[in-house]
Amino acid sequence: MNPYNYLYVAGLLFTIGAIGVVVRRNAIVVFMCIELMLNAANLTLVTFARINGTLEGQVTAFFTMVVAACEVVVGLAIIVTIYRSRRSASIDDASLLKR
Amino acid sequence: MLTIQTPETILFWVLAPLSVLAALGMLLVKKAVHSALLLAFVMITLAIFYIAQDALFLGIVQIVVYTGAVMMLFLFILMLVGVDASDSLTETIRGLRPIAITAAIGFGGLMISLIARAKLGHGAFGLAEANKDGNVQGLAKLLFSDYVFPFEVISALLITAALGAMVLAHHQRTSAKPTQREQSIARFRQGTLGTAAGLPSPGVFARHNAVDVPALLPDGTPAPNSISATLKARGDILETSQFELGEVDKTVKEEK
Amino acid sequence: MVTSNSLVYLIALPLLGATILLLAGRRADKWGHLLATLMSASSFAVGLYQLSAMLGRSNEERAISQKLFSWINVASFQVDAGLLLDQLSICFVLLITGVGTLIHVYSISYMAHDENRRRFFAYLNLFVAAMLLLVLGDSYLNLYVGWEGVGLASYLLIGFWNQKPAYATASKKAFVMNRIGDMGLSFAIMIAFATLGTVSFVGVKEASHSASQTALTAIGIMLLVAATGKSAQFPLQAWLGDAMAGPTPVSALIHAATMVTAGVYLIVRSNFIFDAAPTAQLLVVIVGAITLLFGALVGTAKDDIKKALAASTMSQIGYMVLGAGLGPAGYAFAIMHLLTHGFFKAGMFLGAGSVMHGMNDTVDMRKYGALRKFMPITFVTFGLGYLAIIGVPPFAGFYSKDLIIETAFNAGGAKGIILGGAALLGAAITAFYMSRVMILTFTSPQRWDNDVHPHESPILMWLPMAILAIGSVTSGFLFARGDALAQWLQPVFGEHGAEHSEVHLLSPIVVSAMALVAVAIGVAIAVIKYQLSEVAATAPENVSIFTRIARKDLLQDSFNEAVFMRPGQALTRVLVKGDDVVIDGAVRGIGRTALGAGSALRTSQTGFARSYAALILIGAVALIAGIWVVTQ
Repeated sequence: MNPYNYLYVAGLLFTIGAIGVVVRRNAIVVFMCIELMLNAANLTLVTFARINGTLEGQVTAFFTMVVAACEVVVGLAIIVTIYRSRRSASIDDASLLKR
Repeated sequence: MLTIQTPETILFWVLAPLSVLAALGMLLVKKAVHSALLLAFVMITLAIFYIAQDALFLGIVQIVVYTGAVMMLFLFILMLVGVDASDSLTETIRGLRPIAITAAIGFGGLMISLIARAKLGHGAFGLAEANKDGNVQGLAKLLFSDYVFPFEVISALLITAALGAMVLAHHQRTSAKPTQREQSIARFRQGTLGTAAGLPSPGVFARHNAVDVPALLPDGTPAPNSISATLKARGDILETSQFELGEVDKTVKEEK
Repeated sequence: MVTSNSLVYLIALPLLGATILLLAGRRADKWGHLLATLMSASSFAVGLYQLSAMLGRSNEERAISQKLFSWINVASFQVDAGLLLDQLSICFVLLITGVGTLIHVYSISYMAHDENRRRFFAYLNLFVAAMLLLVLGDSYLNLYVGWEGVGLASYLLIGFWNQKPAYATASKKAFVMNRIGDMGLSFAIMIAFATLGTVSFVGVKEASHSASQTALTAIGIMLLVAATGKSAQFPLQAWLGDAMAGPTPVSALIHAATMVTAGVYLIVRSNFIFDAAPTAQLLVVIVGAITLLFGALVGTAKDDIKKALAASTMSQIGYMVLGAGLGPAGYAFAIMHLLTHGFFKAGMFLGAGSVMHGMNDTVDMRKYGALRKFMPITFVTFGLGYLAIIGVPPFAGFYSKDLIIETAFNAGGAKGIILGGAALLGAAITAFYMSRVMILTFTSPQRWDNDVHPHESPILMWLPMAILAIGSVTSGFLFARGDALAQWLQPVFGEHGAEHSEVHLLSPIVVSAMALVAVAIGVAIAVIKYQLSEVAATAPENVSIFTRIARKDLLQDSFNEAVFMRPGQALTRVLVKGDDVVIDGAVRGIGRTALGAGSALRTSQTGFARSYAALILIGAVALIAGIWVVTQ
């Protein structure tokens, strides 16, 4: 089997995550789709680490995971804060910056 | 040079379609909790992929950190925000859905054809050489020599993120906390005195004080307000009649 | 060349007077006129001193110079602010300061009732300073500074009573037409620098030996343009009549004796250029001849005494330009006529001022008459000037004008006959219209009403007139006797002056006889028409077409308006419109485009995070598509 197959899977997952970010209205589900995209990128990095024979791809994937975790922490805290004031978790309701 | 063995091939061809389907499912289901669980499934499959690709440390970290911590965090927030929340299927912004789907499919198609076209100039090496001291040792060697600066910066980022979450979640009282006396006065100043003394807590005293047994009102009928709405919705309220006493012996025995 | 330290005082004294009077303001009203006259007189005294010093030196050392400061010092272009006093300049210096001082004295009395008298004297001093700088400058650039200065002074003085819009317009007209001439001088200086590398008189004279014919012709033509502008020659003559809007002393000083002769000075000073460029010289005589006749014809139809004298000035300067264009033979005679003209024309203008003063400032000669009895001194001085201008011997004009006519004939061939004939014809017409002025003003029967009380002018007014009359009588004889002036000026005109031929096609006696016959005919016609017949008190309406055209200054204003003014105004309107529509429209269009683009782009700010995310996705697709295409 071609080790590049993992890359195709990662590409598909990334696409699905991209659709999800735009289509879903619940803020938390949107966030989860972003996490899916990050994971797809991680899979790509690990696959390339294997193909290139160095561990640098894995180190980068590790860093990506840490950053994603931080991002989740802060992002969810923001969602909670918005929920507290607006009583709604839909991102369409936070549209005050329109023209 | 890397040759992929048959077990890995089978692993791949079983789990890859599953993960894609799970991702699609995460996209399409209505309830947010179901999305979260499907995402957890995808993450576990990815962890298995990492392990299959000789990224042992990363695979375990994926399960422990991502699936274990991050997804659980998602579920906690979902519970805080409302597990019942479900998106309606109709789209409020005109034309967004077709545009998004077209763009994403175009994106995916282009990416896949790019990957198919790309030539690295060498075959796949595999990680047998890099992992010869063990995957963890290999990662540590890289992490603490070439990548020590990003490592330190990311640890600072973690601390910042934790602080940020604390700041955001901090609830500053804008007015003084009402004391017991004030709360009591407020209760008695309401329109009716029905709840002036507070709602009854669940449970029939002396026989059962569980949360799923309603309290009894003075005339002996059960008070539905004393049971949480979730249990009520699930129909988990127990009948109080089974806890009622039979005839009470009303004779008074003299004590000598 | 001998250097001097005192030349600068000639200019500095009147300039100081002008500065003090302008800066001191109303505080100087009581003594301003006296200070100005004193400054002018001191300058005259310095000039006399310089003349006596010059007479004491030998011919080679007569010219002296003074360098004031190094003005322009740029790589190959070096010009010093310097002064040069040679035999030619000293004539002008004495004329300017002498006649100038007399007119200062005259103005003390003439402008006694004007509340702005101090400012008038400041401008007069300014004019004297600028004119002296013009004649004393040692390079074309220094001359240009003085040239501009006299243009400014002329503008300020013509429009002195600018409360009247017509007078303000007249001063503007004079300035603008002078400007056209100034452009000619600028071009001449530029061409001189470009082709010869220097603009000083000495330098250009040296370089003209080896310069190309075209360069010298170009410089000559440009200098001619400058001269026509300043001296009111054809085709830039239309401003002189209107310039009579200024007070009479101004007309006497500036537009008779000095500023209008600056053009002749320029041509004569540039003799080395014109002598080496025959085409330019031919143009000079053509311009002189045309203007001579033009001015004479216009003068016959003017009823305004000052305008008649202005037309006469134009015509006499035409004589001078004709003389200057006849080459080395004619330069000295042109200067001689210039000097004598300064005397008699200034005297006649002052006389006209005196008449106006006595007749309640009327200028229409048809309202004069029989003033001989009431203003005897004015009659005598004006009469002596009249005799001088028409060329009756032994008065000044006889000598200077006849010498020019003789030189014209001596030019030989068809050119000589045409020019000489034109000069003779001009003499006849001059005699006619000057006699007309004399008759209408002094000898014809009285045509004014009883509410006018003509009286003689005060002494401060008739004394300068008398001194100038003495000049009209004697100066011609003194300059011409034994070729005195010609010998005096000969070193200035260099080697060209020495080689002029002594060809006499017609003997001087014959020329003088022809001239006197022409004069007699002119006088006779005037006497018959005006003295012996009735003169209408208002200008008659049904006159011949020629009279009508002459009254309209030979249609000079109509021509200028049709050819220059109206197309110029149309062009201005087109350009203004263009500026508004095209340029401002473009600027406004840019603004509108920016606003429109902004409004159009604003619609993308919907406030929905999901549409922003969709846009990011589309951007990412575009990027990937780009990479996909590039790596094909």
